[in-house]
Amino acid sequence: MNPINYLYLAALLFTIGAAGVLLRRNAIVVFMCIELMLNACNLAFVSFSRMHGNLDGQIMAFFTMVVAAAEVVIGLAIIVMIFRSRHSASVDDASLMKL
Amino acid sequence: MSFPLLTATAVAPAVGAVAVAAVPAAQRTLAKWVALLFSLATLVLAAVALVRFDPDSEDPYQLTESHAWIADFGVRYELGVDGIGVVLVGLTALLVPFVVLAGWHDADPPAGAPDAATQSVTHGRWRPTQGFFALILMVEAMVILSFAATDVFLFYVFFEAMLIPMYFLIGGFGDRAGHKNEQETATQRSYAAVKFLLYNLAGGLIMLAAVIGLYAVTADDLGSGTFSLQQIAEARASGELSISTNTERLLFLGFFFAFAVKAPLWPLHTWLPNAMGESTAPVAVLITAVVDKVGTFAMLRYCLHLFPEASKWATPVILVLAVISILYGALLAVGQRDIKRLVAYASISHFGFIILGIFAMTSQGQSGATLYMVNHGISTAALMLVAGFLISRRGSRLIADYGGVQKVAPVLAGTFLIGGLATLSLPGLAPFISEFLVLVGTFSRYPAIGIIATVGIVLAALYVLVLYQRTMTGPVKAGVENMPDLRARELTVVVPLIALLVFLGVYPKPVTEMIDPAVDRTLSVVDKQDPKPDVPVQDVEAAK
Amino acid sequence: MENLIGWLVAAPLLGAAVLLCGGKRLDRLGHWLGTLLAAASFVIGVLLFVDMLGEDEHHRAMHQHLFSWIPVSGFQADVAFQLDQLSMTFVLLITGVGTLIHIYSVGYMEHDDRRRRFFGYLNLFLAAMLLLVIADNYLLLYVGWEGVGLASYLLIGFWQHKPSAATAAKKAFLVNRVGDVGLSIAIMLMFTTFGTFTFGPVLEATGETGEGKLTAIGLMLLLAACGKSAQVPLQSWLGDAMEGPTPVSALIHAATMVTAGVYLITRSGAIFNAAPDAQTAVVAVGAVTLIFGAIVGCAKDDIKKALAGSTMSQIGYMILAAGLGPIGYVFAIMHLVTHGFFKAGLFLGAGSVMHGMNDEVDMRKYGGLRKYMPITFITFGLGYLAIIGFPGLSGFFSKDKIIEAAFAKGGTEGWILGGTALLGAAITAYYMTRVMLLTFFGEERWRKTATRSPEAPSAEPAAETRGEHAEPHPHESPKSMTIPMIVLAFGSVFAGGLFSVGDRFVHWLEPVTGHDHGDSPLSATTVTLSTVAVLVVGVALAWAQYGRKPVPVVAPRGSLLTRAARRDLLQDDFNHVVLVRGGEHLTRSLVYVDHKLVDGVVNGTAASVGGLSGRLRRLQNGYARSYAVSMFGGTAVLIAATLLMRAV
Repeated sequence: MNPINYLYLAALLFTIGAAGVLLRRNAIVVFMCIELMLNACNLAFVSFSRMHGNLDGQIMAFFTMVVAAAEVVIGLAIIVMIFRSRHSASVDDASLMKL
Repeated sequence: MSFPLLTATAVAPAVGAVAVAAVPAAQRTLAKWVALLFSLATLVLAAVALVRFDPDSEDPYQLTESHAWIADFGVRYELGVDGIGVVLVGLTALLVPFVVLAGWHDADPPAGAPDAATQSVTHGRWRPTQGFFALILMVEAMVILSFAATDVFLFYVFFEAMLIPMYFLIGGFGDRAGHKNEQETATQRSYAAVKFLLYNLAGGLIMLAAVIGLYAVTADDLGSGTFSLQQIAEARASGELSISTNTERLLFLGFFFAFAVKAPLWPLHTWLPNAMGESTAPVAVLITAVVDKVGTFAMLRYCLHLFPEASKWATPVILVLAVISILYGALLAVGQRDIKRLVAYASISHFGFIILGIFAMTSQGQSGATLYMVNHGISTAALMLVAGFLISRRGSRLIADYGGVQKVAPVLAGTFLIGGLATLSLPGLAPFISEFLVLVGTFSRYPAIGIIATVGIVLAALYVLVLYQRTMTGPVKAGVENMPDLRARELTVVVPLIALLVFLGVYPKPVTEMIDPAVDRTLSVVDKQDPKPDVPVQDVEAAK
Repeated sequence: MENLIGWLVAAPLLGAAVLLCGGKRLDRLGHWLGTLLAAASFVIGVLLFVDMLGEDEHHRAMHQHLFSWIPVSGFQADVAFQLDQLSMTFVLLITGVGTLIHIYSVGYMEHDDRRRRFFGYLNLFLAAMLLLVIADNYLLLYVGWEGVGLASYLLIGFWQHKPSAATAAKKAFLVNRVGDVGLSIAIMLMFTTFGTFTFGPVLEATGETGEGKLTAIGLMLLLAACGKSAQVPLQSWLGDAMEGPTPVSALIHAATMVTAGVYLITRSGAIFNAAPDAQTAVVAVGAVTLIFGAIVGCAKDDIKKALAGSTMSQIGYMILAAGLGPIGYVFAIMHLVTHGFFKAGLFLGAGSVMHGMNDEVDMRKYGGLRKYMPITFITFGLGYLAIIGFPGLSGFFSKDKIIEAAFAKGGTEGWILGGTALLGAAITAYYMTRVMLLTFFGEERWRKTATRSPEAPSAEPAAETRGEHAEPHPHESPKSMTIPMIVLAFGSVFAGGLFSVGDRFVHWLEPVTGHDHGDSPLSATTVTLSTVAVLVVGVALAWAQYGRKPVPVVAPRGSLLTRAARRDLLQDDFNHVVLVRGGEHLTRSLVYVDHKLVDGVVNGTAASVGGLSGRLRRLQNGYARSYAVSMFGGTAVLIAATLLMRAV
C-alpha cells in the first residue's frame, strides 16, 4: 500500500481535530480533539519515517506521545478544577482572562 | 593629586540630601536648617572653585579630575570646567540657598492638618518637608555634575537623572493656590509632572541614541571608543578622527533635540508653562533658572564643540526658531491670565535670546548668551520668588484677583517692579548687558534677525508693565486689603538678588572675564571670526 | 576739576537710593535731603562751568573715565563722561530748573503722605538725565535714556491708585520703548559700521562710510528722538502723561526729559550732516509736530493738556531747527533752554492755579483769577509773553532765530518750512492767549460751578480730602511755590536777550555743533516783522473769541476739527483700533494656537496611541476558541508564506 495514503489520513484526522477544537464548547471534547490532532501528527511522522527510510520520524513520535501524556495529566486536572468551581465544562464560560 | 574640588562641590548637596532625609519626621525646622546649611556649604565650595579658576590659563578645562569608570566602554569619570562651566556652577550654588529659603514653608503640612508629631505616630514615614528639601539638594548635585562633566556619557547620566527628583518636586509639591479644589489641583499637577517627564525623556532617549552613535564612530576611527570631550577634540584636531558629514549632522540633531527640549526652544516648549505653573515658586525657579540652563549650556559645549560643521549647517533654522521663541513667548506672556504662566512664557522668550546668541557665532553673541544665562537666572529668581510670596498671601495665581497691592504692601510691590524691570532688560540692571550683547552679536552677522529680535524688547515691556499695572496699581481689590508686606525671611531672599542685579548691571567685568577666553575657544573650534566693521575706527585713527 | 563730573550724577543718585531704601524714618526730612542733593549737583555744575569758561573755547571739553563697563572681546563699552559746551548747557538747565522744582514740590506735595518717595523718584530722574547728557558714548547715553523713561514712568504713575494714572504711565513707557528700539538699532549699526559707539571716534569717522549707512543710523536716531520728545508719530503719550503731579509735568514733560531727542540729534550732528535724507525726515517730523501740537493745544480745555500740546509744538520747533543742520543746531538748543524756563514756569503757574482751585483742571471753570493770585498771574503772564514771542522776551529771540533759519534753508523747502514755522507762531499766540484769557480774565465762572462735572476727574486726588464739593476759594500759593515761579519768570524774560546780545550763545556752542548762517531769501528784519505780525493776528483772534464774549462753562460741540483735536487728532483711536485691538486678537489667538495646536500635536499623538491600544484590547475577548482560531490562522499564513517563498 502506498504510504502516501497514510499522509492523507493524517491530514484528514488533523482537520477533524482542528474543527473540533474550534467548534465544540465542551472542554472534554476539545481535549479529545487536541489528542486527535496530536495523533494525526504522529501518524504523519511515522509515515514520513517509512517513506524516507530513517528513524527520525519515529523518534519524534515518541516525543509527541510523552508530551501528549503530560498534557493529559495537567489538562484534565485543570478541567476538573474548573468543573468543580464553576459547575460547567464549557470553555466559553472560562473567559475571565480578558480586560 | 589635588583636592577634588568639583566633586566636593557636587557631593556636598548630595550628602545634604541624605542628611535632610534622615531627619526625624517631627523635626521639620531642623530639616530646613540642615538643608540651608548644606546649600551654603556648596556655595562656599563653588566660591572657592571660582577663585581657584584662572581665566588666563591655556588649558581648556581646569580643576580637572579623571578616573576610570566603565573601562570596557571607555566611560570615564572626568570632571573639569571652562569659564562658562564654572560660572554656571557658581550660579547654581548661588541660587539654591535662596530657593531653600524662599520655600521655607512650602512643604509644611497644610494648616488644619494634624500636627506632624501626632502624624509621625500614625504614619511614621510621612514627612514631606524632609523630602522637599532633600529633592532640591539632589537636583543641585546633579546639575553641578552636568555642568562639570567632560565625559559625554557621564554628562548624559546626570542630564537624565535630574529628571527623577524634578518629577517628584513638580508632582509631589504643587502650588496650593492654583485651582478650585484639591481634586483639580492634583490632576493638573500630575499632568504637569508627567508632561515634564515625557518631554524630557523623549529628548533624552534620542540623545542616548546619538551618544551611542558617537561611541561607534570613535570606536571605528580610534580603535577603542571614547566619550571624553578632550580626547575627541584632540583626535579631531590631529585628523585621526573624521566624521562623515551626514553622520555628524545626525549626531548633532540627536544631541540638539534633547537640549532644545530642555532649553526650551519653540515648538518644544509647552511643558514649561505647565511645570512652572503647577509647581511652587521656588521649584519653578529651580526649573527655569537652574535646570533649563543645562540645556543651553550643553548646546554651547556639546553641540558646538563636538559637531562644529553640523552646527554651522543647522544655524539658519535654529536662528529662525530662536526668533520665533522670542516673539512667540513674549506675545503669549501678554495673553496670560496666570502670573506664574506669564513668567514661564517670558522665560521662553529669554531662552530664545540665549539660543540666538549662541548660534550667532560671534564673540559678543556668545559672551552675551552666557552672561544671559547668569542674569536670567538671577532676574527670574527675583521676579518669580516675589510673585510666589504674593501668591501665597492671596491664595490665587490669577492676575485678575489682584489690584492695588502697591498701596497695602509697598515693599513687595517695589521688589516686584524691580524684578519686572530686570526682566524687561532695563539698562542699569544686569540683563540689559547680556541682551544687548546678544542683539549686537546677532546683528553684526544677521542684521535682519537682529532687528526682528529687537522688537522683543517692546513686547517685554508690554507684558511686564501690564502685569504690574493689573496686580499692583489701581484701587485696592477685595481680598488684598490686609495683605502683609514682605517679612524678614522674604527680604533676606529678595534683597541680595536685587543687589546682585544692580551690581552686575554696573560692573559685569568679573563675570565677563571668566567667560571671554572660553567663548574665544569655542569660536576657534567652530572656526568663525567676528565680522569686521566697515570702517574700523582704529584704522581711521591710525591713518591720521 | 574733571573728577567732579561723576559727582553730578552721583549726588542725586545717592539721594534716590537713600530716599527709596531709607524707609519711614526719612519721612520728616527726606524732601529737604532730596532738594539739597539736587542743589549740590547744581553747585557742582556751576563750579565746572566756571572752570570751563577759564579755558580756551576749543579746549573746553572735559573727560572723565571711571571704569571699563562691558569688556568683551571685540566690544568695549566704558563708563566715561564727556562734558563739553553742549553737555554743560544741559547740565545747568537740568540741575537749575530741577532744583527749583524740588523746592516747589516741597510745598506742592505737602499733603501727600508719600512725599519722600516722590523726592526719591525726582532725584532718580535727575541722575538719569544728567547721565544722558554727560555720557561719552551712545550705550551709556542709552542707560540714561531708559533711566529717564523709568523715572517718568514712576512719576506719571505716582498716584497709582488711580487707574488712569497707571495706564498713562504704562503707555508712556511703552511708546518710549518703541523709540528705544530705534536707539538700540542705531547703536548696533554704529558698532557694525565703526566698531565702536563712542561719540568722538564715531562722529569723526562719518566721512569714511557710505551715505546709506549714515541715513539708516540717522533715521533710527530720529525714531528714538520721536519717542522721547513726543514727536509725530510717537507723540500720543505726552498728553496722558499729565496725569502725573504738576511739578513732574514741569520738570520732565516740559523742561528737560522731552528735550532729550533734540540733544540726541544735535549731538549726532555729524551723522545727520552727512545724511541729507535723514535730515529731511527730521525737519518733516519737526514741522508736522509743530502744527499738530499747536492744533491740539487750541482745543484742550484741561489747562495741563493745553500746555502739553504746546510743549509738543515747541519741541517740534527745536527738532525742525536741529534738522536744518549747522544753520539750526545752536538755535534749537537756545530755544530748548528758553523753553525750559518759560514752559516750566507756565506749568508751575498752572500747578499753583490748581492748588488754589481745589485741583480743578478745566479752564472753563476758571476765570478772573488775576485778583486772587497776583504772583501766579504775573509770573504766568511773563511766561505767556515769552512763549508767544513778545518782542524782547526770551521766546522772541529763540523762536525768531529758528524761523529765520528755516527760511535760510533755501529753495522751496526753505519757503515751506519757514511758512510752517510762521503759521505755528500764529497758532501759538492764539492758544496761549486763550489759556491766559480763560484762566485769569473774564467772569469768575467757578462761582457758578461749585460741583465738579464727573467727566472731568481731578488730576490731584488729594482734593478728595480737602472737600472738593465746596465752592473753591482761590488763594495764592505758599512761598516755597511762588519763589521758583519768580525765578523762572526772570529766566523767561531775560535769558533770550542775554544769549542773543553779541551772539553769545552762538559763540559758546559753535565749537561743538558748528554754525553756518545759510543764506536767507528774506532779511532778518522782514522775518522779525512777519513774526510780530502773525503774533498780533493770533492774539487778536483769541481775544475776539474768548475775550470779548463770555465763555460757556460747558464746552460747545465745536467743529469737526475741534472735536478731533480734543481727541488728540484721533491718534489714540487709531492706536486703539489698530494696535491695542489687533494686539489683543493676536495674543488671544496665539494662546489658543499654543494650547490647541502646538500642545495639541503632542497630546494628539498620545491620544491616538491610547485610542489604538483601546481598539486592540478588544481582541482579547477571553474565549479560548477565538485564540485558537488566530493561532491556526497564523500558522496557515506562515505555511502559505513558506510555500510561496519556495515557489519563488
